[in-house]
Amino acid sequence: MANTSYFAGLVGGIKSLCNGLSVTFRELWTPKVTERYPENRKENHIPERFRGTLVMPHNEKNEHKCIGCGICQMQCPNGTIKVVTEMVETADGKKKKQLVRYEYDHGCCMYCMLCTRACPQGAIEFSNEYEGSVFDRKVLVKVLNHPGSKCVEKPARPAVAKPAAPAATPAAAAPAAGNEAKAKAEKLVAAAKKAEENAAAARAAANEAKVAAEANPGDAALQEALAQAEAKAVKLETAAKTFAQKAAEAVEAAK
Amino acid sequence: MFDFSDFTSWLDTVLLRVMPEWLTILVECVLVALGIITLYAIFAMVMIYVERKFCAFVQCRLGPDRVGPWGTVQVVCDVLKMLTKEIVSLRKTDRFLHALAPFLVVTASMTTFACLPWNKGAQILDFNVGVFFFLAVGSIGVVGILLAGWSANNKYSLIGAMRAGAQIISYELSIGMVMLTMICLAGTMSFSELCQNQAEGGWYIFRGHIVALAAFIVYLIAGNAECNRGPFDLPESESELTAGYHTEYSGMDFGYYYLAEYLNLFICAGMASTVFLGGWAPFVIPGLDGFNEVMAMIPGFVWFLAKVFFVLFLLLWERWTFPRLRIDQILTLEWKYLIPISMTLLVLMALCVSLGLTF
Repeated sequence: MANTSYFAGLVGGIKSLCNGLSVTFRELWTPKVTERYPENRKENHIPERFRGTLVMPHNEKNEHKCIGCGICQMQCPNGTIKVVTEMVETADGKKKKQLVRYEYDHGCCMYCMLCTRACPQGAIEFSNEYEGSVFDRKVLVKVLNHPGSKCVEKPARPAVAKPAAPAATPAAAAPAAGNEAKAKAEKLVAAAKKAEENAAAARAAANEAKVAAEANPGDAALQEALAQAEAKAVKLETAAKTFAQKAAEAVEAAK
Repeated sequence: MFDFSDFTSWLDTVLLRVMPEWLTILVECVLVALGIITLYAIFAMVMIYVERKFCAFVQCRLGPDRVGPWGTVQVVCDVLKMLTKEIVSLRKTDRFLHALAPFLVVTASMTTFACLPWNKGAQILDFNVGVFFFLAVGSIGVVGILLAGWSANNKYSLIGAMRAGAQIISYELSIGMVMLTMICLAGTMSFSELCQNQAEGGWYIFRGHIVALAAFIVYLIAGNAECNRGPFDLPESESELTAGYHTEYSGMDFGYYYLAEYLNLFICAGMASTVFLGGWAPFVIPGLDGFNEVMAMIPGFVWFLAKVFFVLFLLLWERWTFPRLRIDQILTLEWKYLIPISMTLLVLMALCVSLGLTF
């Protein structure tokens, strides 16, 4: 307004005020967004990705996908998940872990979704079920696997590379059939990529720690953190290298 | 046309028959006071409800709808809550002034409320300098606000009160000037005569055509600023001053400010509809007698309330559209724009009246 003349400013101001008034006048008649909750619980639309509660989907044969590896339990920052497993012997004499109880304390959950992201089997997910209030917090501790359920039996289990696990063990040996090898190679390539990303992230964290440590040379905790971050980065980088090599080998084999 | 003075004179004669004159006057005064207070409370509640619903609709919400049908009982609950809350008295405040301030504000608001012409003959305060009286009494409110800010011994209150003082005193100039413009057209200051003139010859906003219309808009802007509302609510700007001058008030003391704020809005709208839109006067077009008769069938208080709520709609619309101004912007708007405009309007109106350009 400083550069315009008095009358131009006045006219311009009135115009822009009228513009604002017309916007709110139109807004008066638009449909309202308020949700009248208890009345509209039938037609209430909750977005698909809303994180309401953790669930473990079961198929029609009462089978879930959880292999009881416990990664979700390790990932959970709040100690929300407790995976109880037992060792059983399969028909062909192999020892195998089996899920007994999957306990989920809804009252502790902060809906960060680290567990579902970490799950190598995609066995758990968040549903948009939002009516979680109860009168007793004991009710919030839920067992997610249904009674009598078991893990899905896969006909010939393809090797599964655990993508996001930092201390990744190499994938189990797999039968060398053409298609399977290809699939395996693809998976390995993807895993290698992920490992590389993880390594890069760890390196960045290490660098950050270094900067912080250099800024406060006297701080023992920072030094220790730096050493840890360094070690982690180095470890991850080695892992990434092995992954890359394996992936290259697998691609070669598939060809 | 329904004339309320029929009822009042009947009541007067009935009372005079059974009791001496001084007692009659006393009883009548008490009745009138009860009437004002009841109307005041009822309209405050209506206003709060209307405001909440309107602001919700502008913001794409539904507003209160839990208590009672469409949330109508919500306001009653709020008032009951307010009445039952504790009045906290604080150390290191000026107790006397702190207690006095809300009464000044509410007195100013109630006295101006009594000036409104509700119907033909239904007017509580009416004398030949009515508009002048209205303006004079209306400015007592600012004393209450300044006292509230000063006595609370709180920087938020004080800043709020200072802003309110600067703002209200400035905008009273424009209001006075605009009122003068309309008095120039009407030739009278009495509210009953203003209404009677408009009932016979048409509303002033049409008779004064462009000048009156511009004056109407200036009045709405300045009136909104007088009520500390809308884009001019920085005396109580909650994001910077907690609640401004009534930060330290609680319970019904705060309730008085709350009531006065809403009622001042109602009074502002009522005055705009009296001076510009004819008060209780029905919509008349001189010459069209049939039409005028049909319009006169509608009782005056219906006309008055319809006009008030129309003006309220304009005020609320403005209030929920524009963002809050800074104090320098407020004073710039008043001193650099509204005052020159209202002075020009006054001169133009005087010219129009003397040259016979009005209807």
